Amino acid sequence: MRNYHSPTPPTADAPLEATEKFKVVAHDVSKVDGEGLVLGRPAYTDDLAPENALYVKLVRSPHAFARILSIDPSAALALPGVACVLTWKDCPRVPITRAGQGNPEPSPHDRFILDEYVRYVGDEVAVVAAESEAIAEKAASLVKVDYEVLNPVLDFEEALDNPVVIHPEPGIHEMFPIGFEPKRNIAAAYHMEIGDVEQELAASPVRVETTVHTQAQQHVALEAHAAFSYIDLQGRLVIVTSTQNPWHTRRLLGLAFQMPLRKIRVVKPRIGGGFGGKQHIHVEPYVAMVTMRTGKPARLALTRREVFEATFTRHEMRVKVRLGANPDGMLRAIDMQVLSNTGAYGEHALTTFMVAGSKTLPLYNKAVAVRFGGHVVYTNKVSAGAYRGYGAIQGLTGLEAAMDELAHKLAMDPVELRRKNMLHEGETSEVFRIMGEGTEGVAMNIESCKLEECIARGKELIRWDPDHLVREVAPGILRAKGMAIAMQGSGIPLIDMGSARIEFQDGGFFKLHVGATDLGTGSDTILAQIAAEELGVDMDDIVVHSSDTDHTPFDVGAYASSTTYVSGSAVLKAARSLKAKLIEAVAEKLGVAPEDIVYKGKIFMTTDGTKELSLDDFSYDTLYHDGEKMKTIEATESFTGDKSPPPYLAAFVEIELDTETGKVDVIDYVVVADVGTPINPKLAKIQIEGGVLQGIGMALYEDVRYSDAGHMLSHTMMTYPIPSREDVGRITVEIVDSYEPSGPFGAKSAGEIGIDTPPPAIANAIRNAVGIRLTEYPFTPERVLMALKAAKAK
Amino acid sequence: MTIRLNVNGKQNTIDCQAGEMLTEVLRRAGYLEVKKGCDTGNCGACTVLVDGKPVLSCSYLAARAEGREITTIQGLAEEARAFARFLTAEGADQCGFCAPGFALTVLSMKKELHNPDEAEIRHYLAGNLCRCSGYEGQIRAIKKYLEAEHA
Ligand code: FES
Ligand code: FES
Repeated sequence: MRNYHSPTPPTADAPLEATEKFKVVAHDVSKVDGEGLVLGRPAYTDDLAPENALYVKLVRSPHAFARILSIDPSAALALPGVACVLTWKDCPRVPITRAGQGNPEPSPHDRFILDEYVRYVGDEVAVVAAESEAIAEKAASLVKVDYEVLNPVLDFEEALDNPVVIHPEPGIHEMFPIGFEPKRNIAAAYHMEIGDVEQELAASPVRVETTVHTQAQQHVALEAHAAFSYIDLQGRLVIVTSTQNPWHTRRLLGLAFQMPLRKIRVVKPRIGGGFGGKQHIHVEPYVAMVTMRTGKPARLALTRREVFEATFTRHEMRVKVRLGANPDGMLRAIDMQVLSNTGAYGEHALTTFMVAGSKTLPLYNKAVAVRFGGHVVYTNKVSAGAYRGYGAIQGLTGLEAAMDELAHKLAMDPVELRRKNMLHEGETSEVFRIMGEGTEGVAMNIESCKLEECIARGKELIRWDPDHLVREVAPGILRAKGMAIAMQGSGIPLIDMGSARIEFQDGGFFKLHVGATDLGTGSDTILAQIAAEELGVDMDDIVVHSSDTDHTPFDVGAYASSTTYVSGSAVLKAARSLKAKLIEAVAEKLGVAPEDIVYKGKIFMTTDGTKELSLDDFSYDTLYHDGEKMKTIEATESFTGDKSPPPYLAAFVEIELDTETGKVDVIDYVVVADVGTPINPKLAKIQIEGGVLQGIGMALYEDVRYSDAGHMLSHTMMTYPIPSREDVGRITVEIVDSYEPSGPFGAKSAGEIGIDTPPPAIANAIRNAVGIRLTEYPFTPERVLMALKAAKAK
Repeated sequence: MTIRLNVNGKQNTIDCQAGEMLTEVLRRAGYLEVKKGCDTGNCGACTVLVDGKPVLSCSYLAARAEGREITTIQGLAEEARAFARFLTAEGADQCGFCAPGFALTVLSMKKELHNPDEAEIRHYLAGNLCRCSGYEGQIRAIKKYLEAEHA
């Protein structure tokens, strides 16, 4: 039915300028561990757990909101092979957040590792450990818990000032002002205004208002959250875990258990996908409790159902956008008001909500008045947390719907409306200065923005013709096109910090140690490329070791599209400084000035050409031969961005809509992106492709559904299907030439932005197909049919 | 109870609970290349071959596998390596968690289908989900691999 071979791009994907300029960077280097992973060599946390580890199981709440009256573990403890049953009484009474974020965290400390209250179905009640998984499971079922069942708040529209208060407990607090008002069920709030929005809207000859409701979405990384722990020879607690942020994990565990951080080591092995879902502590505290109590190794891998019910989702949001414009399409005012649902706890509550504005509003920097505000509320649903797109996807869904409505009202090509209003290279937006992630932002001039090029190429690839955006290909079958543009960021300026250490080894190769966390994105490879390029050596000469709080230098972790830009810049700085040290040492050895040394990759030469020394020979000299001159040559450098240069993209979609069944299929999805220099173009493309597919899933069918009592109905991959390879047509991703002066070799980021456009672009295509603005996500066949019927009835 | 399983040509005697699925038993016996993604027969990460046919080991009773030939990706290491080269060349090896089950299904498709077109490839592999890659890179890799194998 679907044609997988169309369309053929009008011209071939041209080679990037950067590929010609660099030797290793901007080349399609393959990952070194691909073969091992295909062969299934033990690599992920649960593959590596010690055989004698106790199996940990969690007793979880069957109620959406309840107070625990008593816990009776006697039947469980009587079972042979059971090591311990731990409850809230075994935890220090310290409020924490499970969100892996900077210090102090912008998330409220509103959670205890285990608490007397449970606030969603699946919330942790007790920890059971036993010699086998089967015994642990059995024991968990024997723990007897008496609850006082409380009335839950499930609808986020009803949460604000509801008589039911989800967090009545004393002691919880915000780390700095985030608008935290638990008595009103508010986890965070924010408001900002540039100019006078109401006045500007009133004066605008053309106005539109659109409200969209985006749903919670599940990450569904194929590897479930897993961790194991043990006490090492020095009596320290070691935790091996599928985490995106080893240092935040260590810090949060130290706080939760009131332990000095020097007593904890966190190691991240390979991870089977993260997407933000592993930017929190979900499993680590429980294995740690068991190991500290029993002295024995402990392991826990969540079941898929637990991942669905009891880790985090994307924040559900209601986004209302009002635009005011002149008849020629020039925007005068943008107002974005958001209500966000953080679920039972406030992890990432403020920041995802602010990003809905901060990483979308600058796109249209011509408006003179801009306002953003709203609340993040608690409900008795599973907590929301970080998820690729991180608020930007929700905000953009509202903004790009409103932009298309404005185009319709003005009878303008939606592409031209955007071109007229969008950000260009050399410009700025006040929003950058005002809105940060939980704090004030950082002013920034845009030094690289190739949106014009992205749009031009995207139009070509999809064959955009504003006068023919819909056609009937068979009776009742419509093909229609739509589009959207997007931006994201590259790390959090002045907050995210990454470091790298490079050490010169005998044999003339280099050890690269980074705190950065490869989630499968290929960052170990990308960071090695950056080092190899600067040091003038081959990829094989760089050996990477990452993500171990004992053995690699600090890094905040992999989130906020930070790794290439922030950690990559740290690697580049370290490589530069190491190169200078090598040259200095060789100069001294050869008895010339450093300026007289030319370093050409693997060989040093004097400028007069009389002397030369190979990197290989020198490595033995400096470590074995040179007497009192012998030394280890190494460099450690750190990087914090003083800006967060956004990547951009233009997306165009062609859908097929069956007016009989309401089914919407994506036939073609075209993305042209400006990510700066792609350090590894093929990996950048796959990142974007993968993001697009997750975005299509969100637009069309992924949905977290609950019963009226607050039980999750979509808790398996059967009831929460993710896109299969038969579910979409063609995804085409191209990258345009762009160079970000502040990034390593011109790079920005590529990890998140791909996910942002499908929800608005598909909505815009449906609007072009049938004249109806769908606002309730996802666009299931039932919803589409209902909207068609409702429109007919009018 | 214990069961006897023939895995990659080797006889194993393994402890097993009544009603236990093959994934658990294999992983416990050290066949860690068999991954667990969903527990409900939806993702394909746990794929193994039983008597040469791909099955989802998370929904296959371990006891049923007694007396049959079980093959994991390690049992087809040579072919898997050849395919892995194409996958990494496309950059389609992201987190890699889906890869062993996915590669095993690709190898089984190669035996079963002659010259499949893209729709047939997608259909055969529809049960092997990947959350990272967007599938496009995997499809490119499969096509190039099949071409090279037929050449
Ligand atoms: S684990 Fe068997 S199909 Fe997912
Ligand atoms: S590569 Fe991560 S699930 Fe396929």
